[in-house]
Amino acid sequence: MVEINYYIILSAVLFTIGALGVLVRRNALIIFMSIELMLNSANLAMVAFGSVLESFSGQIFVFFVIAVAAAEVAVGLALIVEIFKSKRSIDVDQMNSMKG
Amino acid sequence: MELIQEAVPTGFAYLAPWLVFAPLLGLLINLLFGQRFSERMIGLVASLASGAAFIVSVLLASTVSANHGEAIRWQLAEWIHIGTLSLDWTFRIDSLSTTMMLVVSGVGTLIHIYAIGYMHEDVRFKNDPGRFARFFVFLNLFIAAMMILVSGDSYLMLFVGWEGVGLCSFLLIGFWYELDTLGRPSWANSNAAKKAFITNRIGDFGFLIAGFIMFWALGSFQFDEVFEAAQTASPGFIVAITLFMLIGVAGKSAQIPLYVWLPDAMAGPTPVSALIHAATMVTAGVYLITRSAELYTLVPQAQYIVAMTGAVTALFAATIAVGQYDIKKVLAYSTISQLGFMVAAVGMGAFVAGMFHLITHAFFKALLFLSAGSVILGMERGHHNLAHGHNNDHAHGEGSNEEGGHGDSHGEVFDPGDMRNMGGLRRTMPVTYWLYMIGTLALAGIFPFAGFWSKDEILLDASLHYPIVYLLLSIAAFFTAFYMGRQIWMVFFGGHRSEAAAHAVESKPIITVPLMVLAALSVLGGALNLPFEGFHQLGHWLEYTLHEVESLALDYGVAGISTVLALAAIALSWFIYGRNPLRTGQPDPLKGPLGMFFTGMENKWFVDEGYFATIINPFKKLSQFLADVIDWRFWHDWFHETVIAGTYNWVSNIALNRYADQQGIDRFANGLGDVTQWLSAGARRIQNGFVRSYALSVLLGVVLILGYLILR
Repeated sequence: MVEINYYIILSAVLFTIGALGVLVRRNALIIFMSIELMLNSANLAMVAFGSVLESFSGQIFVFFVIAVAAAEVAVGLALIVEIFKSKRSIDVDQMNSMKG
Repeated sequence: MELIQEAVPTGFAYLAPWLVFAPLLGLLINLLFGQRFSERMIGLVASLASGAAFIVSVLLASTVSANHGEAIRWQLAEWIHIGTLSLDWTFRIDSLSTTMMLVVSGVGTLIHIYAIGYMHEDVRFKNDPGRFARFFVFLNLFIAAMMILVSGDSYLMLFVGWEGVGLCSFLLIGFWYELDTLGRPSWANSNAAKKAFITNRIGDFGFLIAGFIMFWALGSFQFDEVFEAAQTASPGFIVAITLFMLIGVAGKSAQIPLYVWLPDAMAGPTPVSALIHAATMVTAGVYLITRSAELYTLVPQAQYIVAMTGAVTALFAATIAVGQYDIKKVLAYSTISQLGFMVAAVGMGAFVAGMFHLITHAFFKALLFLSAGSVILGMERGHHNLAHGHNNDHAHGEGSNEEGGHGDSHGEVFDPGDMRNMGGLRRTMPVTYWLYMIGTLALAGIFPFAGFWSKDEILLDASLHYPIVYLLLSIAAFFTAFYMGRQIWMVFFGGHRSEAAAHAVESKPIITVPLMVLAALSVLGGALNLPFEGFHQLGHWLEYTLHEVESLALDYGVAGISTVLALAAIALSWFIYGRNPLRTGQPDPLKGPLGMFFTGMENKWFVDEGYFATIINPFKKLSQFLADVIDWRFWHDWFHETVIAGTYNWVSNIALNRYADQQGIDRFANGLGDVTQWLSAGARRIQNGFVRSYALSVLLGVVLILGYLILR
């Protein structure tokens, strides 16, 4: 049985990597993957806490998150494909026509 | 409807509202359908409406008679209930009011019938046959208003009728409002109408003040209550009420000083002169004083003033009548004079004599006016036939006279009412001549015509109580006979002074038959109240209402003097006008011997000019001053423009516009905009379009919220 602290640290590290990825990378696909990373870090934390507290709630929640993430990816990838079709690029910094 | 006095059998009293409703119904029918009816139909409706009022009057009189003169008060509707004032629309049916109703509706109906014939020709001479229906609408309205006047149970209801007949008088004097009396385009007729209305307003103002004092001092308008309260009231109030009422009487019944409107009122069509300005409306003042008998008998001072007003008016107007040339003007001044007789009579307390003269005068003066109308029409016909050839009988063909105004088409202006154009009409208009003769004898007071009995009763009363009044009235009676004699000689005798007179045509039966009825009444009317024991029918009849009535026996001295005076006057008039008939263009034979005196009579003693000089012109100047200086320069230019508008402009320009609006409200609103712009200029930098900076914001936000939640 691994100590809970390791899971939390791993989860935090993964989340930080994901957050930094979202913030610093300009490739839309990389940002997407970073978002997945953050989601899964949260999933990891929930599963870990579920195991420690001997509750299924965490795992049930994780299933929902996975389902939502899958849907999100489907929509997001479709958007990226469309953007690429029109702009020939998936650099998010070029998608700034909405600026004030 | 409810009855106030249960004790009295009501008989036909429930018909009383139809006195007013019948003429109103006729009026409405002619108003709505008059343009589609034939003239015969219009006349029939109007005459039937008036005739219905007469029948109702007869039935009401029979009811009063059956009740032994007890007054019936028939309430139609509630009217005014404010505070202590409680007035209803109540008809008063007693011997006095039914007498007036009979005279008004009886003479009125005859004049309606006459007017069918008269207006048929009049509207054609003046080229506006469409106006025929309007005349009868006004005539019926007059009957309705007059019925309200005589049947009212309170001074206020009487006043409603009083104003109503004034309105009808105005409308009918100005019936040909765009013409003058000769049919030329002018404002003369409408000015005459205005003069009548305004002069009457002055009188009505007096009546109104009398009403105010009455309510203030006596607390009511209802006749019985007023008379009861008057018994205990201070005499000062009664004097004020009666004298202010006299001003109203002077206006309506054409007494000095307000009589000046009546001669001008002759601008109206002749049936109007007969009905309104001789027989009925102008007697309203006499009726008012008779109705207020119980007030006047309380204050002998006021009675004396009333009697003197009447007597002076009687003499004054009679002298003017001598100098007039217009056939209707002579009769107009005669009417003023005769009204003076009546007012003098009721002023002396001889109410029966006054009412008696009112009735007989209604008969013979209506007769005279209508006959004068027949004369004028005859002259018009003669003149018209001359102008258009004898074969073209305009009066019968509707389309034959549409070639322009009557006066215009004939070249020089012809006055069909000027007695100097007449002469010798005895031969061309024999029926009218005889009718006119009867009216003249009745007016002059020749035995046994109606005027003899009624005038004699007044003179007898005067001789017993007021010698000065007797003297004035006797002289007036002399003048009366003289100017009537002058008129007869000038109109009917001698040679024709114009071609029109030579070709005058007698009127048709629809005109002459009502005149015959009136002539019969003028002959027999004296039988109403003969000065013999047992023959004082009118006196006994009115006694029910007036309570104290003096029944005088014939005084052969007074009657003899007045008859001698009248005969002497007629003889004198024959000596001057009959013996050597006036020739065309000859001045009046009295002009030489009387000189200035005749000039005065001819010019109405310059009373109108005097009024202009003393009242109207100063009043106009004052009005001009008030309008130009006070209203325009002071109120408009200075106060309104400078003070109010200037202040307003200053306040709105400087205080409100410059400071409150520009400095306050505008600044606040602009500042609000500036601040919003400034804030959003900062805020829009955040919206930079880079999705990663948004993500950073989200992250920072989450960190801040979580940090707060953890650290708090």
